[in-house]
Amino acid sequence: MELTSRETWTLIHGLILGTFFLLAFAGGLAGLWSLRTDYVTEAGIAERVRRLKLGTTAMAIAAWLTVITGTWIVYPWYREALAGEDGAGCQGAQVPGDECSPRDFLLSNASGNTEDWHKFAMEWKEHIAWLSPMLATLAAFLVLYYGPALARNRTARLLVLTVFTAAFATAAIAGLFGALITKTAPIT
Amino acid sequence: MSETFDTRELHEIDRPTGPIAAAVLATGIGAFVLGLLTTLSEASTGIHDFLDFNTDVGPLSGKTILAVVAYFGSWAILHALWRRQNRDLRPILIAAAALTALGILGTFPTFFQAFASE
Repeated sequence: MELTSRETWTLIHGLILGTFFLLAFAGGLAGLWSLRTDYVTEAGIAERVRRLKLGTTAMAIAAWLTVITGTWIVYPWYREALAGEDGAGCQGAQVPGDECSPRDFLLSNASGNTEDWHKFAMEWKEHIAWLSPMLATLAAFLVLYYGPALARNRTARLLVLTVFTAAFATAAIAGLFGALITKTAPIT
Repeated sequence: MSETFDTRELHEIDRPTGPIAAAVLATGIGAFVLGLLTTLSEASTGIHDFLDFNTDVGPLSGKTILAVVAYFGSWAILHALWRRQNRDLRPILIAAAALTALGILGTFPTFFQAFASE
């Protein structure tokens, strides 16, 4: 049982950082939704807000680390031009390899009709992913700035929930496409 | 809208709303710049090549670096300008939502590939 350096970084990017972000969303959503003066005592609000501040800040940091590792470490391996102008390196390939990068492989249609996995899925994933850390940072800032006032200010809470959900949605699009692309054309 | 999302309530805080306005608008600006650069990179070979800050990453490097600079840069400037002020958040929220929506549109492949240069 062994992981290559590339597989390890792919794991860190998608499975550790990405999954932490996506899973932590559920906890944050529940915490924000139930942060109301009619549900929680003053002491409870103070404790919840402290946890929300930590949680949303950690999520924003995770989102930044996910896109930075994805774009600057993993993505260059995905997009290497190895197959040549005519895609000869991918002829007969069932998976990407030393002469056929994942991008080459998908565009070559060597193993079925795969080019839209690059032209649509990867093209959207690589861009929309970067909206997630900006939105997650805004959500964290709003939690830090409003603090306990979020419990009695329904509109502020709704604003944070909207931004928070938008951060999740953009990350989910990127994460889903990332998983599906990796299934079709893994980085090895 | 007024029943479900009353923006006047956002001002019920014992601190200035300027920093909130700055953070919200900066997010819209960052998203919009990313979408704009994504579409411009597809439409113009010159811009595509200019955005190629790092050859391994390709033009995505320029798009994301400039979008992040626009995001944090505009946030810093707006925060410095508005940090002690109370800004009306309703127009700021509308502008930020519109900019973010345009940013998402600009990153959508079916949209930006329609501008592909020959």
